[in-house]
Amino acid sequence: MLQHIRPAVVLLVLFTLLTGLVYPLAVTGIAEIAFPRQANGSLIEKDGVVVGSALIGQNFTSDRYFHPRPSATTDTDPNDSTKTIDAPYNAAGSAASNLGPTSQKLVDRVKAGVADWRAKFGAGPVPADAVTTSASGLDPDISPANAFAQVPSVAKARGLDEARVRALVEASVARPALGWIGESRVNVLQLNLALDRIKSS
Amino acid sequence: MTLTGWSQIALVLALVVACAVPFSAFIARVFAGERTFLSPVVGPVERGFYRLAGVDPGREQDWLGYTLAMVVFSIAGFLSLYALQRLQGVLPLNPRGFDAVAPDLAFNTSTSFITNTNWQNYSGETTMSHLTQMLGLTVHNFVSAATGLAMAFALARGFVRSSAQTVGNFWADLTRITLYLLLPLAFVLAFALVALGVPQTLLGAVDATTLEGAKQTISIGPVASQEIIKELGTNGGGFFNANSAHPFENPNAWTNLLQIFAILLIPTASVLAFGRVVGQVRQGSAILATMAVFVLIGILVVYWSEAAGNPILAALGVDPSLGNFEGKEVRFGQAMSALFTTATSGTSTGAVNSMFDSYTPLGGLVPMFNLLAGCIWPGGVGAGLYGFLVVAIIAVFIAGLMVGRTPEYLGKKIEAREMKLSMLAVLIYPLIVLGFVGASVLLQTALDSLGNSGPHGLSEIIYLFASSNANNGSAFAGINGNTLWFNTTGGLAMLLGRFAYVVPVLALAGSLAAKKKIPASAGTFPTDGPLFVGLLVGVIVILYLLQYFPALALGPVVEHALMLAGKTY
Repeated sequence: MLQHIRPAVVLLVLFTLLTGLVYPLAVTGIAEIAFPRQANGSLIEKDGVVVGSALIGQNFTSDRYFHPRPSATTDTDPNDSTKTIDAPYNAAGSAASNLGPTSQKLVDRVKAGVADWRAKFGAGPVPADAVTTSASGLDPDISPANAFAQVPSVAKARGLDEARVRALVEASVARPALGWIGESRVNVLQLNLALDRIKSS
Repeated sequence: MTLTGWSQIALVLALVVACAVPFSAFIARVFAGERTFLSPVVGPVERGFYRLAGVDPGREQDWLGYTLAMVVFSIAGFLSLYALQRLQGVLPLNPRGFDAVAPDLAFNTSTSFITNTNWQNYSGETTMSHLTQMLGLTVHNFVSAATGLAMAFALARGFVRSSAQTVGNFWADLTRITLYLLLPLAFVLAFALVALGVPQTLLGAVDATTLEGAKQTISIGPVASQEIIKELGTNGGGFFNANSAHPFENPNAWTNLLQIFAILLIPTASVLAFGRVVGQVRQGSAILATMAVFVLIGILVVYWSEAAGNPILAALGVDPSLGNFEGKEVRFGQAMSALFTTATSGTSTGAVNSMFDSYTPLGGLVPMFNLLAGCIWPGGVGAGLYGFLVVAIIAVFIAGLMVGRTPEYLGKKIEAREMKLSMLAVLIYPLIVLGFVGASVLLQTALDSLGNSGPHGLSEIIYLFASSNANNGSAFAGINGNTLWFNTTGGLAMLLGRFAYVVPVLALAGSLAAKKKIPASAGTFPTDGPLFVGLLVGVIVILYLLQYFPALALGPVVEHALMLAGKTY
């Protein structure tokens, strides 16, 4: 037993230096030079201010913007640090609802979501992504069906022609590569940025 | 289910097999300590490590010496990781100023990472400093995987050797596997992840001002370097709480594809390498074919069940075409979520790109069953291979009983001692899982942790212990595991699942190595054809259903019936 202590300790120290320090620092150093945009989080700047990351969803509540999926992220209650409050798209604390398929809480939340969505965007079957929370709480995308359904409401709030907004959504749909790999989706932040550009042009 | 979905699944699996075949030859060379194309670069580092550690790689250990070396190394890892977490508040590289991790959580996390489990009772982005993530967690992502593969190497030597007293040198195996296999692969593929969008920076967070003028703090860090070894080493511990569902860990379909590939590559190649080193490639192929049966059935059930969706929500007016979408990300969809889930639970990875707690009952049953069976198709790095060989020995024994001959496997007679050790290994799992589950459901303090009620609550507890015991680390994450009870019992389940299992396995290695290798005769039951594959599938199904059917019936099976009846809790 004792003769194993030296190799155990020495190898642990060596592996710690190699895989815990040299490896991540070397990857960081090279990545910062070769892929600076990705390495720093694919940030989007507008007029010199970071407005978010192309990969991370953010919350939109105004009628003038397309809305993301519901988010289950929370934050510490500023009034009571032992409690948490709902904080959609808190990118410092990814989280899912973890509600099971037979959860009454899930049913109540979806029921309210469906009623809310229909009041804003019209009757009919509600796209599933519009009333379900994502696995990370930070899903940057919505389904094309969800985006198209929001067009009339956004166009009206902005006083824009519906066809123009629809064309913008059409252009924002990321389709599977080679029609094969991936899912059709719309990045909400980038769509809304494009929407803001219409206004200013 | 769609044709496009299935064709993406087929593409990933085909890529894995296509790369695993040549890669298995490389693993076989590392196993034998032979020169590889990396030797000119890695060789001097390897020799330097041996010199500093006082290790003579040519001096081999018997099974007990090999086991002790592995245990001492794990204890050293546990102590350093525990100390690092407790002291992170005063150590550098802590950009967001996190305090020391609480003692019970630090215990759970330390056992979790030294056993290759990577169960996480914390959110990475709100608990662990960069220093802890790098010097602690990333390191064990490498060495706990290397330890697993080393033990598989030892068991393989039991079959390869004839009348031998030793099963290899643990220190040499550990060093070679880390330096030749894991580190080069991780280093290259980490850049692929960064190029595809995964961040890699020493910053702690970025502040953004959203279009609506709100402030958004975005956690960031050296994600890619940890992400890739998390998958390659079948570890599964995420940099962020949401794991591979987090857009920074897994930003798009391509990174998702690469991650599933990385999860499956080494386990698959190890099985084929086993065939190579025992001198009969077909033996490895037969094992892989058996594993493939369970993988494919698993994908089918998850994909079908999740794409069919939740009828309770459909009745509320939700369009069912996307399937069960609670806890899923738009960019992955149902097909690549199903494949990820089957891969991560069939190996001991436990990374997730969708949340199992929100799966339909039958969709969640698949990862749960994979864990209860010990994550052996194709298994964790090393751990899967030795776990599967134990079951193969039992199947050979049953075949021997049926035809009335002394059972043999790969030229070794399977006798009373080998059967006792194999059965001991197989029986430890249900003892741990069902024992702790039984105790937990009787304790109010445990039940207070549940995130869901009804049968789904029982599923959360079963899953927690199945995951800890099988060293997987995925969760039905609605349960709050960060309590004194679950931190302690979960930690014990991880330790027993790793060490109480592997000691009989290494004893088996010693026992097999000591036996003479006998040539196959006309009376030898062939273990490289479809008949054996069929027998092995049958033995596995009977073995694990006998052990766990009552628990599964009270959890996901009854929940499925209740969901169809529209009952909620």
